[in-house]
Amino acid sequence: MQGLVPAATDGNMATEFHNLQELRHSASLANKVFIQRDYSEGTTCRFQTKFPSELESRIERTLFEDTVKTLNNYYAEAEKIGGQSYLEGCLACATAYLIFLCMETRYEKVLKKIAKYIQEQNEKIYAPRGLLITDPIERGMRVIEISIYEDRGSSGSSSGSSSVSGSTAR
Amino acid sequence: MKNCEYQQIDPRALSVLPSSAQNHTEKKAQRPRRKWEVFPGKNRFFCDGRIILARQNGVLPLTLSLIIVTCGLFFAFDCPFLVKHLTVFIPVIGGVLFVFVVLSLLRTSFTDPGILPRATPDEAADVEKQIDTSGSSTYRPPPRTKEILINQQVVKLKYCFTCKTFRPPRTSHCSLCDNCVERFDHHCPWVGNCVGKRNYRFFYSFIISLSFLTSFIFGCVITHITLRTQAGKTIVQAIQESPARYPFLELVVCFFSIWSILGLSGFHTYLVASNLTTNEDIKGSWSSKRGAEDSGNPYTYNSIITNCCATLCGPMPPSLIDRRGFLPHDEAIPAVSASEIELPPFTAKNDAHMCTPSTKDVLERMVHSLDSQGLCSPGTPKTTPLNGEVSSAAALSRDASSSAGCSQQLDHQAVAAHCPLFSRSSKRDSLHSINPAFRLAAPSPSLSRTTLIQGDAPDTGFIPLP
Repeated sequence: MQGLVPAATDGNMATEFHNLQELRHSASLANKVFIQRDYSEGTTCRFQTKFPSELESRIERTLFEDTVKTLNNYYAEAEKIGGQSYLEGCLACATAYLIFLCMETRYEKVLKKIAKYIQEQNEKIYAPRGLLITDPIERGMRVIEISIYEDRGSSGSSSGSSSVSGSTAR
Repeated sequence: MKNCEYQQIDPRALSVLPSSAQNHTEKKAQRPRRKWEVFPGKNRFFCDGRIILARQNGVLPLTLSLIIVTCGLFFAFDCPFLVKHLTVFIPVIGGVLFVFVVLSLLRTSFTDPGILPRATPDEAADVEKQIDTSGSSTYRPPPRTKEILINQQVVKLKYCFTCKTFRPPRTSHCSLCDNCVERFDHHCPWVGNCVGKRNYRFFYSFIISLSFLTSFIFGCVITHITLRTQAGKTIVQAIQESPARYPFLELVVCFFSIWSILGLSGFHTYLVASNLTTNEDIKGSWSSKRGAEDSGNPYTYNSIITNCCATLCGPMPPSLIDRRGFLPHDEAIPAVSASEIELPPFTAKNDAHMCTPSTKDVLERMVHSLDSQGLCSPGTPKTTPLNGEVSSAAALSRDASSSAGCSQQLDHQAVAAHCPLFSRSSKRDSLHSINPAFRLAAPSPSLSRTTLIQGDAPDTGFIPLP
């Protein structure tokens, strides 16, 4: 499974991006896992950190939990109500909300950071394991979609059997 | 393995796509389409997706014209008199208020209120699977609600049949707009849009500033008439005097709107201070009169100031529906050869490895997709041998997904003219297939559903509950 996509050399973003594209075209989509929202603290955006069983054979639990926890922290930072958000809100109200036409809100800035983080995680950790995380914003912030790919090439039989065993273990 | 066959088709199909697209559609395939053009809700879009409105914009033109006409009369007839007799700040204040009111109104009407995009087919299938596996084995329809704990309080999440997802807390489905809206307050006909998470602060500032504006105009008109009467005439004479006739009209408008607007402002101030929505207040979701000990509002911060600040000055969440994004290449091309190739690798394997209820699902869909196969997708490669349950399930799911994809595209394009009956029946079919209540209730679903669909009977039982 490690040989699915050649490990990218450090700092070579073009190669890493190319590897992700290759992953999409060369591997076949086996399954998708959806990490649902965690509403235990209200309507703020949090995702469950429960490790799905389908990923047991693909990735280490700690790596996965780290990713979800970091994402949760990013969203908490975006939705934090504090001094800066009050200032932004009052300024917006005072300018009859016209300021939103020229200024980017803090939430949007954090979303950009999240997109960059997910891209980086995909390249460094998930793509080498045949997985791909979809940014939750593309799914309406409902789920984190993790696509599980099978290698269509040489290690087809081994990864095929592992995905079968993973799914029957459900 | 049959999977390898699908992958082998992929690159060739992708290279074949441009020519087949040109064969099957005229110009739409060349122009990249934006997501708002295929948006499933009942909304209207302007300025290439920048502006969103509900389909029935209610009385928004009336609201706008009332405000503009009343203010116009005020500036034309009252201001000259009052500037002469009182102060020049009167039209200034009036002008500022007027601009604020109109901007807030337009912002409320044209902003996405917090629409939740509908679930992708994969997500819907995943949710279905979870409902099935967690349901009991006894013969009763599985619950379409999920209970969760929010701040140590039990809250029920309902399943939305239209959007095919469990609604987040405080989200409600608006039947007028046919969308799930986050933190749904109400659908305001005056504003012509739903009021939800993203535009509640605009709505609130609109009604507050409108209260100030109507009170201000009312006060100015009263002052105007009073000043005229003080100049020696009676009230009747003052009103009959030519420029002062119009203020009477303003007086009437303002008098009636003040009561309603001030009342509404007061009500919404109460809602903001207790972090409630109109929807929750009307339904009495968190009312302590219900008898339960701890049924307080789990979302409140227990402080009026924090509640106000959180609701009105909180961070502005982004729009989730991405109106101006471009559709991915495979979705933009109508279903004929593209989506049926793109969708099946996932659905095939998913169904092949899934447990029995969804295989039954696939078999149900088989009946309809085989009927419709000839109608809608002439380019379907039927090379997969139909031997063995797994391969047949996979092939059938491919057909089913092609039919689902076909109907999805057909709904939104002129190609719908080609097979309207098919698109209707397969849409109903997709509603059926994801309704476990129906599936468990019918022992022989394939037969009953076949007769139902082919007989084109009205599906009163499957109207999605909002």
